[in-house]
Amino acid sequence: MSTIALNTSSAIGNAAAADASAPVRIAVKDLNFYYGDFRSLKDISLDFYDRQVTALIGPSGCGKSTLLRTFNRIYSLYPEQRAEGQILLDGQNVLSPSVDVNELRARVGMVFQKPTPFPMSIYDNIAFGIKLYEKLSKSELDDRVEEALRKAALWDEAKDKLRQSGMGLSGGQQQRLCIARTIAQRPEVILLDEPTSALDPISTGKIEELIEQLRSEFTIVIVTHNMQQAARISQFTAFMYLGELVEFGPTTRMFMNPVKKQTQDYITGRFG
Amino acid sequence: MVALSQERLVSSAASPARRSPPPGRDRLFRLASLGSALLVLIVLAGILGSMIYGGLPAFREFGLGFITSSVWNVNEDQYGAWVAIVGTLSTALIALVIGVPLSLGIAIFLTQLCPPWLKRPVATTIELLAAVPSIIYGMWGLFVFAPLFANYVQIPVSNIVEGMPIVGTILYARTPSGVGILTAGIILAIMIIPFIASIARDILDQIPSVLRESAYGIGCTTWEVVRNVLLPQAGVSIIGAIMLGLGRALGETMAVTFVVGNANRLSGSIFDPGSTIASRIANEFNEAIGLQLNALMALGCILFLVTFAVLVLARLLVSRVKVG
Amino acid sequence: MDTALPARVAPTTVAPAPWGRVRRSRHVANQALKIICTLFTILGATVLGWILLMLLYEGIGGLSPAVFTETTPGPGSQGGGIANALVGSLILTFLGIVVATPVGVLAGTYLAEYGKGSKLAEIIRFVNDILLAAPSILIGLFVYMLMVQPMGGYSGWAGGVALAIIAVPVIVRTTEDMLRLVPGSLREAGAALGAPMSTVIIHISWKAARAGMVTGILLATARIAGETAPLLFTALNNNFWFNPTLMGGVSNLPVMIFQFALSPYENWRELAWAGALIITMSILALSVVARLLLRKDKAR
Repeated sequence: MSTIALNTSSAIGNAAAADASAPVRIAVKDLNFYYGDFRSLKDISLDFYDRQVTALIGPSGCGKSTLLRTFNRIYSLYPEQRAEGQILLDGQNVLSPSVDVNELRARVGMVFQKPTPFPMSIYDNIAFGIKLYEKLSKSELDDRVEEALRKAALWDEAKDKLRQSGMGLSGGQQQRLCIARTIAQRPEVILLDEPTSALDPISTGKIEELIEQLRSEFTIVIVTHNMQQAARISQFTAFMYLGELVEFGPTTRMFMNPVKKQTQDYITGRFG
Repeated sequence: MVALSQERLVSSAASPARRSPPPGRDRLFRLASLGSALLVLIVLAGILGSMIYGGLPAFREFGLGFITSSVWNVNEDQYGAWVAIVGTLSTALIALVIGVPLSLGIAIFLTQLCPPWLKRPVATTIELLAAVPSIIYGMWGLFVFAPLFANYVQIPVSNIVEGMPIVGTILYARTPSGVGILTAGIILAIMIIPFIASIARDILDQIPSVLRESAYGIGCTTWEVVRNVLLPQAGVSIIGAIMLGLGRALGETMAVTFVVGNANRLSGSIFDPGSTIASRIANEFNEAIGLQLNALMALGCILFLVTFAVLVLARLLVSRVKVG
Repeated sequence: MDTALPARVAPTTVAPAPWGRVRRSRHVANQALKIICTLFTILGATVLGWILLMLLYEGIGGLSPAVFTETTPGPGSQGGGIANALVGSLILTFLGIVVATPVGVLAGTYLAEYGKGSKLAEIIRFVNDILLAAPSILIGLFVYMLMVQPMGGYSGWAGGVALAIIAVPVIVRTTEDMLRLVPGSLREAGAALGAPMSTVIIHISWKAARAGMVTGILLATARIAGETAPLLFTALNNNFWFNPTLMGGVSNLPVMIFQFALSPYENWRELAWAGALIITMSILALSVVARLLLRKDKAR
């Protein structure tokens, strides 16, 4: 048992300890998900705590990305996909048809695997999302853009080229731009779908630092295939396998002392 | 390829006993391929050469005045291209003004709004529009569309705008027969829709879905995603698709010949008959002799140069266009 | 709540904004886009349906056995058919495709197998794409200068060549595209057996790309079968049976339709509609078959 988590144990403890007393921000209740006839999430029930980082881990195809994509209903772009059950954001079921899906996505921001700057200037990449929901004066907007870039640790690098295309940034900078774009909308929750898998180690390190800082303001859910990353940055970890939630708990406990055999096998690298 | 032919040399040398084709055949095949490919170049050069050669006497006779003169008088052997040039450009412009929004709308419907089961039937329908021969569009335009257009658009609009400044000229039909520059433009618009729409659809389809998702991910509506992210991302390729449609509209002959009215006069009204370069060649070439024939060739030369320029631009903007 | 964590008690987050922040105008604009795009698509489909209905309505009454067996009648006379135009069109289209197929296939093969990324191939590809969209009436003028003038008169041969020039770029393009889809490993496997390049191309590449190449030839046939403009100054037309040597005017459907449809004679116009129905249905059928063939091949 004690040797199991050797390779990850050094990372554990870098992140702040889990705070299970934090209020629940997202409560998933009996969630099932279907691609056509295929059931890819099976009766998932899980709570996500306010201003904590929760990592979703598991082998590819386990449903971790699918689960993430239900929180902002981005899956509904594809008519053959549907979700059943409840996802309560501050008590409001976001799967209910009465919820405005556009507004939901402004409340629950998402950052994707690959950096996706929009075909516009760095400034507009950020201002665009703000302007969708708020009518601000020019100076207020400038302030918000600066604030977002600062929080995303991109201000120093980008402040002299705000009018240049976002495509001109490096991959890591582009990803931070996408994070800035998301936090500029002042969401309650930020979803990160393997945000560093397309980046080099240095950019990855910067993004991880950023996540740690953002935790003070936002509830964060991150999907990662990198267990060390999960151990480094998250307070809670959920392990999924074949569409089911196998185990959920504080990250430290999940890595040091997993209850289920499958979890143990996965984090020790025996499969997946 | 080099490695491949080396390998062939080695292995055929190693097994001389094997039945293999005579060595000359491989060379012959290669040369035949190259020759056929070069033929494509020769044809284009030939078209340009024959237009210049045939049109030269007219250019010599009238000089630059050939382009700027609006007199086309067979009896006096005086020829000027201006009326046909204006007709060609105005019908093509009208075709773009009407056809581009329709094409983009269809492309957006096919890529963003259409339920998956409906995609293929709709796409095939639109593509089949491109297969209908242009002479059929001409007949539809002349016998079906023009009478309706005269009754429900030309006459009422003319009655309303009569006497008004500017619009009273542009939108007034002296003889509301249904044919004219605007009718030709509308028919051309329908004819270029399948080309622009299917290329625009391909371009939109090629945009990575993660970009589209992230635009939706910040709370954009479909309209906002299309307008602010997808269309700017497609960028100049869309312009290229439009240029390709323009190239088609400029050179289209039979449908226009049916509905443009074939008038040799310049008119300020888009309801009035006019003519285009292609329609004039189609109407007059077989009876033309002497300088008239050269003048028609010279018209062909102008049409070639204009469409060539437009198509080159289109090809540069869209990296590779679709087969029509 | 654990009061030992003061940071949690005074959250720095902005309190959740109330729901309902999406401006109505955004939803209206979005709905407008959806409705407009749908309407535009319906409009496009309607035009196709309208044209087909028009052809059926006007053309089906004129269809009779005589249409297929008798030649075009004189001006103002009754009866007659379009047999000479039908046969003429078949011959011209056949001629065009027979000339275009070897040239187009070989040129496409050069681009995909020999030239590939070379400068020359790049130029030829470029020029081919331009020819693909070049005004067909100019091709008619070119062939007039090339063949009709030197030979001293209109001929079916000139018409066939004009149609071939229109068909070649279509065949070049599809051939190249289809050959490029053939995996390189297949070619390497052939070459490893000691087959010369030409044998590899003919027996492996062409075979693998066969369905796509046939589709290209069918599409090219559909394209040239309805072409009118390039025939006006090459094959012209003929109201009687044409000379079997194809010298002189050769009757053909598109030019016949053009002349008859614009004529003042009721009987001629009826025949033009019948011809229009026949030619459009044949071309649409050919296009659909070509698509199905490719789809079936892709599904395999």
